[in-house]
Parts: sequence; C-alpha cells; structure tokens
Amino acid sequence: MSAVARKEIAGYFKSPIAYVLIGVYILIISIFFHPALNAGYGDFVEVLDDVGVFLIFIIPILTMRILAEDKKNGTEVLLLTSPTSLPRIVIGKFLATFTVFLVIVGISFIYPIVVVLFEGAITTQLVGAYIGFILLGAAFCSIGVFCSSLTENQIISAIISLVILFGMWIADQFAATVGGLAGAIMEWISVLTRYGVFTKGLLTMENIIFFVSFTAMMLYMTVRVIERRRWVQG
Amino acid sequence: MIEIKNLVKKYGQVVAVNDISFKVKEGEILGFLGPNGAGKSTTMNIITGYLPSTSGTVEVDGYDITTHPEQVKKRIGYLPEQPPLYKDMTVTEYLNFVSDLKKAPRNKRKSELSDIMELVGLTDHRKRLIDNLSKGYRQRVGLAQALIGNPKVLILDEPTVGLDPKQIVEIRRVIKGLASDRTIILSTHILPEVSMICERVVIINKGQIAAEDTPDRLSNNLSGVSKLNLTVKGDKDKVLKTIGNIPNIKYITMTTKSEESVYKYVLETKNNVDIREDLFYRMAENKMPIIELKPSAATLEDIFISVVSNAGITQTEEE
Repeated sequence: MSAVARKEIAGYFKSPIAYVLIGVYILIISIFFHPALNAGYGDFVEVLDDVGVFLIFIIPILTMRILAEDKKNGTEVLLLTSPTSLPRIVIGKFLATFTVFLVIVGISFIYPIVVVLFEGAITTQLVGAYIGFILLGAAFCSIGVFCSSLTENQIISAIISLVILFGMWIADQFAATVGGLAGAIMEWISVLTRYGVFTKGLLTMENIIFFVSFTAMMLYMTVRVIERRRWVQG
Repeated sequence: MIEIKNLVKKYGQVVAVNDISFKVKEGEILGFLGPNGAGKSTTMNIITGYLPSTSGTVEVDGYDITTHPEQVKKRIGYLPEQPPLYKDMTVTEYLNFVSDLKKAPRNKRKSELSDIMELVGLTDHRKRLIDNLSKGYRQRVGLAQALIGNPKVLILDEPTVGLDPKQIVEIRRVIKGLASDRTIILSTHILPEVSMICERVVIINKGQIAAEDTPDRLSNNLSGVSKLNLTVKGDKDKVLKTIGNIPNIKYITMTTKSEESVYKYVLETKNNVDIREDLFYRMAENKMPIIELKPSAATLEDIFISVVSNAGITQTEEE
C-alpha cells in the first residue's frame, strides 16, 4: 500500500474521527437490526438495504479533509514535488477513506453471524447485498475525495459531497417528472435503484461496471481538478 | 546542473516571472535575491515542479521538468517558504512518511534519518509532535525533510526566516556544510546571509533578472569610484581647501563633527585613482593629522537597492 494511504489511515485512527464515524454507523445498523432480531426472522439483507442511505451523512465527514487539508496547510507542495505521481497520491487518499469504510463493513459481519447462530442462513442474496454495499461505499468515497479536492475548506467540502450524494440518491424519484434525456440520465445515475438491485440478490454486470467505472471516473476527475489548479493558482 | 531558459509564468494578465534565464553549476550555492513579490517563490515552485511554467524550460541534471518530472523531483530537495508539515505527526513519523513518499531505500532508512536529525539538530525532539514545536524547530523539520533521499539539488526558500539569531547561525553553518557535494539555490532577503553563504547571486526584480555575479564583484562594480572615509583633526575650511587641491577628486562631503576640531569627510575619486598616499603627505605638510582613513566598498544593501530601483548609489549622508 502506498505511503500516502498508510499515512492517512494512521491519521484517521490516531484522531477520534474514524472511531466516532464507525461507532455511529454501527449504532445505526444495530437500531435497524434490532426489530428484525425481536421478530425472530433476522434478515440482514433488509437491514443493509435500509442503512445504505446513512452513508450520505457518514462518508462526507470521513472524506472532507482528505485533500482540502493538504491544500490549506501547504503540505500539497510536499506531495506534488515528491517523485510519487499525482494519480498515485489521489488513489492513496481514496484507499485510506475506503479502508475506514471497509472497517465498518468488517464489523457489520457480526450481524450475519448472529443470524446464523439463531439458525438463520447466509444466503446468496446477502452476499450480493454486501457486494453492492461495498461498491456503493467505494463510489461514495470517490465522490467525497473529489469534493475535497475542490476547496481548502473542509466544511464546504463536506457540504458539497453531501449535496451530490443526496442528489444521486433521490435522482430517480424525480426522473419520471423531469422526463426526456435529463430524466433518463437521472434514472441512469440513481444509485438507489442500482443498489436496490444488489439487495435483491441480483449481481448484474451492468451495475458492477457502473460502480467501478464511476469510482474510477471520480478519481480521474480529482486528478484533473488538482492539475488544473496548479495551472491557475497564484 | 540546473539550467533555466526563458522562463515565463503568467497568472492571467499578471506576469510573475518574465523571461528568466540562468544556470547553476554543480556544487555551487546560488543566492536568489529580490524584494517581496519579485517572483522568487514562483521561480522556485516551477523548478521543483509544483507549478507549471507558461513557457520556457527548466532542466535539472539534464532532465526537463515537463517531460521527466519524476527524474527531476527525485533529484531535488525542496523547502518551501512555508514548511510543508503534518502537525499531527511526530518528527520521526513525519520524516518516515517523507522517506516513503520520496521512495528512499528502506534498508538504510534508520541511519539516514538519524544522520539528518543530528545534522539539523532535531535528535532531542524526534519524538515530539510537530504541532508542539516552535517555529525554529519546525523550520528544521522542513530542512530535514528536504535532505531526505540525499538529493543532489537543494532549493531552499528563505530557510532562516523566523529563527532566532543563534539558530540562524547554526542553520547557515548546516547549509554551508551541505554545499560540499550539492547544488543549492537559496532565496532570502537577508543580505549578509548572501555574502556569507553564497558564491553567486542572482537578483530578481519584477520578474526579471536585475543582476547576476559574485557578491564581491557586484559590490566592486557598483562602487566604480572608490570612496574614502576620512577623519581629520584641524580647521574644516583649511582641510577642505587642502583636499580640494588634490587632483582626481570627484567630490567631497563633510559629514559630522566627532570631537573638538575633528571632522569626518567622505571623498570620492574619479577612475579608481588611489589618492591615499598623496592625501597623507598633503595633510602632514599642513599639520592636519589624519585620525582615520578607510576605503568604503558598497555593501550588498547598496547594490540591492540600486539594482532594484535602477538608480545609481544614493548618497545617504547629508551634504
């Protein structure tokens, strides 16, 4: 793993930020899991389907400082004048945020284990839902990293990514109303619909490619934003 | 080692660097001087590959910064004006991170870092959080960072700014010591620093090179006429008259009265003629003892101001 990724991961776990975000998110999952457990059917797929929306609030807080802070503190100079190339730096930053997200995913495995202990089973549907959840997290992290490259203000970075994530989440709600080409695009970009396909247990190539290429595109755009700023800044 | 050709940097309509060309030889310490906003930092940012130039080329060790950025960046250690520090890391953590970033070999990591920390005087502070260090020590961490990977070229943007006098002397000694096998470009507005450390000076003003030479030659060239500070005991009118009879004198100014019937004079001669001997005998003849006689060379401050304001040396003494 790259120097940047290792440094950022260490940074997350040295400050309270990672613990707070992971703790809050696990709490949310627990709250959603609790009624299922009480009713005795313990379907974790449904829980994953429900908690996806809360990533809209968790991810921007996780990613807001990842590039904005370097810009503000002048450490960007160190990164950009090092022999490590810019795409590698951006990928390192992304991997750090994604790793924190993966810790959440790792901890959430507790719930399926509980389900199994109560004579449930791990279904293919659950595996599909998890793959979707991880891909969703990757895409969201890439948006957060991108937004962090736009500004040196962490709060603004968080707000921009929150708005974008929220917009993507609800895009399909308005697609029909908007109609036409714009409606089609909104339908296409709506992650809620695509995530829903995963939680139904359907692994479609189209959706996997969508999330992977979407993440790659956001990271590419991040590199472009930083490159462009090098040309215009004073 | 470093070759800069016709470098231009524009920010929209503003021209920050306007057609700068200069070379730095291997093992040389080049002083980069200029008033605030002259384009020093911009030039340094371009050489290190942080900013792209609008036009012109920068070559380091034969590699062009635009076509082979990684080769160039590998060879340069850069201390920007504001040291690029992560305040939530300790000194050791930070330097380890920079080593990774610069892809410095891992097997010699420990000894390299302890050597560098010893050199810049950070050994006792290696476990401290950078956030808790004073400005002077942060500057040292910045310098240590630039030295990692043993780069052939060091670019130091005002390395002694914000340090206390003792630290300044120490850091200067460190820089001087580093120079034996490295090429250094150092920007500063502290002029004595330049005459102390640098072998050659480039003065830049409004984005253009205003002067380029050794510190000594710059001051000699600028003097042009030799200037003498003279203190004589005796009646001032008689003294002035006697001096006035000496050939090749351009002008005389009387400055201050220092003791009873002792006055200070400043003489300027034409064409660098040495009049000291002549002066001595004439004064002796007239029984006007010379208390003090001292040639004055232009200081770097004079040069700097004259070059930057594009005027000759200004007479500062009252006439």
